[in-house]
Amino acid sequence: MEIITSVKPLLVVSVSLLGVLLIAASARKPNLRESWTILTALTKFSLVVSMLPLILKGNVIEYFLISVLPGLDIKFRVDAFGIFFALTSSFLWIINSFYSIGYMRALKEHAQTRFYVCFAIALSATMGIAFSANIFTLFIFYEALTICTYPLVIHKETPEAIRGGKRYLTYLLGTSIGFQLFAIFLTYNIAGTLEFSNHGILAGKGSDFLLTIIFILFIAGIGKGALMPFHSWLPAAMVAPTPVSALLHAVAVVKAGVFTIIKIVLFVFGVDLASKLGLGHGLAYLASFTIIAASIVALRQDNLKLRLAYSTISQLSYIILGVALLSPDGITGGIMHIIIHAFGKITLFFTAGAIYVATHKTNISELDGIGKQMPFTMTAFTIASLSMIGIPPAAGFISKWYLVLGSIEAHQIPIIIVIAASTILNACYFLPIVYAAFFKELPPGEKRERKEAPAFMVVSLMLTAIGTLFLFFYSSALLDLVNIVTAGVTGGN
Amino acid sequence: MNISQHFPVMIVIIPLISAVIIPLIGRIRRIYGWYVSIAATFSSFLISISLLMTVFEKGRISYWLGNWEPPWGIEYVVDYLSGFVLVVISFIAFIITVYSIKSVGKEIPEHRITPFYSIYMLFVAGLLGMIITGDIFNLYVFIEISSLAGYALIAAGRKRDALIASYNYLILGTIAATFILLGIGYLYMVTGTLNMADLRERLPLLYDSKVVRTAFAFFTVGLSIKIALFPLHIWLPNAYTHAPSVVGALQAATATKVGVYAMIRIMFTVFKPQFILEVVPVSQIFLFLSAVAIIAGSVLAIGQRDIRRMLAYSSIGQIGYIVLGIALANKSSIIGSLIHILNHALMKGGLFLVVGAVVYKTGITDIDDFKGLGKRMPFSMAAFTIGALSMVGVPLTVGFVSKWYLALGALQAGMWVFVPVILISSLLSAVYFWRVINNIYFKDDGVPARIDDAPAGMLMPAFTLAACCIIFGIAAFIPVYITGFAAEMLLRG
Repeated sequence: MEIITSVKPLLVVSVSLLGVLLIAASARKPNLRESWTILTALTKFSLVVSMLPLILKGNVIEYFLISVLPGLDIKFRVDAFGIFFALTSSFLWIINSFYSIGYMRALKEHAQTRFYVCFAIALSATMGIAFSANIFTLFIFYEALTICTYPLVIHKETPEAIRGGKRYLTYLLGTSIGFQLFAIFLTYNIAGTLEFSNHGILAGKGSDFLLTIIFILFIAGIGKGALMPFHSWLPAAMVAPTPVSALLHAVAVVKAGVFTIIKIVLFVFGVDLASKLGLGHGLAYLASFTIIAASIVALRQDNLKLRLAYSTISQLSYIILGVALLSPDGITGGIMHIIIHAFGKITLFFTAGAIYVATHKTNISELDGIGKQMPFTMTAFTIASLSMIGIPPAAGFISKWYLVLGSIEAHQIPIIIVIAASTILNACYFLPIVYAAFFKELPPGEKRERKEAPAFMVVSLMLTAIGTLFLFFYSSALLDLVNIVTAGVTGGN
Repeated sequence: MNISQHFPVMIVIIPLISAVIIPLIGRIRRIYGWYVSIAATFSSFLISISLLMTVFEKGRISYWLGNWEPPWGIEYVVDYLSGFVLVVISFIAFIITVYSIKSVGKEIPEHRITPFYSIYMLFVAGLLGMIITGDIFNLYVFIEISSLAGYALIAAGRKRDALIASYNYLILGTIAATFILLGIGYLYMVTGTLNMADLRERLPLLYDSKVVRTAFAFFTVGLSIKIALFPLHIWLPNAYTHAPSVVGALQAATATKVGVYAMIRIMFTVFKPQFILEVVPVSQIFLFLSAVAIIAGSVLAIGQRDIRRMLAYSSIGQIGYIVLGIALANKSSIIGSLIHILNHALMKGGLFLVVGAVVYKTGITDIDDFKGLGKRMPFSMAAFTIGALSMVGVPLTVGFVSKWYLALGALQAGMWVFVPVILISSLLSAVYFWRVINNIYFKDDGVPARIDDAPAGMLMPAFTLAACCIIFGIAAFIPVYITGFAAEMLLRG
């Protein structure tokens, strides 16, 4: 492994900040403004891709920006795991930008400049999280992501939106300052460093009791991972416009949460220490509880976006579960699920938004026969649902497969039961929608005519749906990347 | 003879003489009084920088007033600690003076402007004298100069409430001053000296003396009133709220900080650290009181409707931070305290300046009326936001640096319970600032948005302070380096 110094990580992070200036400057010319968004998204993605070959060869790219205090550096490090997350988010931002144009214009939303500006900043923060070399840098971007997404959550500025926003901030800032920062203080105090390392930095640095406390504080402090009981900000955030729910609250923000949890488990504690203290088991059971409980709650939701939100809570815990198993296959499954769930869930949210734009329907009980009006949209919905359930040839199968392998490897048979039960629950809350859309009759008074959303939206959601199929057939390149991660954290020195 | 030899005394003399010159020159044109004040505070600032640099080159500066050799004559001392505090206070005084003219012109009757600046200079001279003096009776004299000037400045407020506030402060301030004087008298009685360094040599033999302990108790209570340590804070909210905006800013940013400085001097220079840690358990009492102050100040701030009153209660909490660091008495915690002196001076000064600009432009002081100000006064509100972020302690602001060191100090002292106190209060300050920020940016008052911001003469100073919050948050090594020396010096037994 070679460490290469390059300014690219900084560029990836800052390119959308530059984009912000251009977007804000062309507030009066919507077409130009949206071109800047698209251009920024494309630049960002290509910069990320340009680093990929080096990473696949097993190298690491570093860039040191500034040392704020002794031990507190702002430093970027691009490793296989980071670039995996960055690729996912920056690619989906491109599609989401097209989708946003269709959505925001069709609904004639207000404050669109603010919307695009905050979106671009949010992606900067996401890249910052992906490329952080230490907990301090990660914490900065983590908080920045919370703050810059707040205007997006309360976009409608209705009392309901403000209430949702308040809950959003309370949970995310509250947990991160109250618990995560506390854990950071403790970590620095005993380890003397905050750098991520393949084998952790805490082994042998403190009593088992103290280390366990730090672990609990970290897990409780990463509210973005939406582990129960700190999940209720996510349904509250559904008051945001659908593109926000799609990219941020199904991909960037929540995945930043699980990404951070994984970073803490694997790169601060390390596989050995986490399994020695039994922390993996504890986390796995908490995640299992979240998977089942959130799925059951999802069953009871009639609002489509809320059902998707609870499904997200459940699916995020798959990722956490996989890593908490601390076995190579489990970790592989967890990490793969980051991208697989991203494609599936963004498609589902896209379709929810498309249905809303085309028909102004938000509830599942109103969707009878809608497949006849919106065949493309509902086909995409079906594909994404299959991926969520884990039926081949949708990509969801791959992550579930690895998760099951991982549980066997870790001798955790109860976990297999959890996965099976949750698969059934997934089917229970997705398939009835598909059934109603295609096989039930339209409500009286509605015509059997084409009523698809604007092309920008339909094309975007078709693309991500195809993406979930594509990931099933061409997962090997991604698996190569993930193997570098697992080899690093589970292999010898 | 080299003029720079006399810098220690000039830093006090220049504002003192200006106080006399202003009434004379103000007869020609009122604006000249302002010019003289700017010139005086600016030269004090330059001198303080030169003094601090000399300290780094040659070590402690001892200046003999009138060439009388201490301990008989009065000694002025510049070391790492007083050098640092001098730079901070004279800088803030300079910035606020530059800012003052518009606000003073609006809030103070024209015929009182000249006396106002004269008293203003007395106030500054008193503060700088408190910092630089090495003589305990001289300290008392300067405390009285700054306090009496302070009462007069507060009474210059527009409404009758200002008189009542000033009167209340006068009563409590006089009690405090009397206590301090009694303490000095007792020490003189048993040691026969007033020189701080000399006292330090003589006192350890007398640590068991009841007189010395009584003296210490008088100092502690007297200074606690001066710095408004909870529960001796009741004079402060009204004083800050009803004083003219400029005075509110100056008082909040400088007066209590210098009070804390005097407390550090008494506790660590006149007495030795072992006295407060081992001989009398006063550090325990301070730990408890400061924790209560931190929480109570923040909680009380949440309930306020008037923005100035909110900032005032927040000051009470922030004073708690500084005292907490002193009471923990290890290197990290004292660095934290000293940086918090800088931090609080910068951010609270900046916040009060913005509030002054809002009052100047709109007359608004009620938080509920801040709706839509983000559109009308975007620059002022940007400065406000930065100050608020630093208050919360967001990374990359100087507020984070002080909290980081305070938390590390608490952990190193084995008093981890204070870490949650710090974190909870950060959250509470996020709550009360969020209320304001939400009104500013996310609530519309229906008035069409037209930029109508404060004049540049008010914006630039506010922005300078806000910029410093960020500069010292990123280049944190500068204040950490200086205060590191100061902390080592203080802890040397």
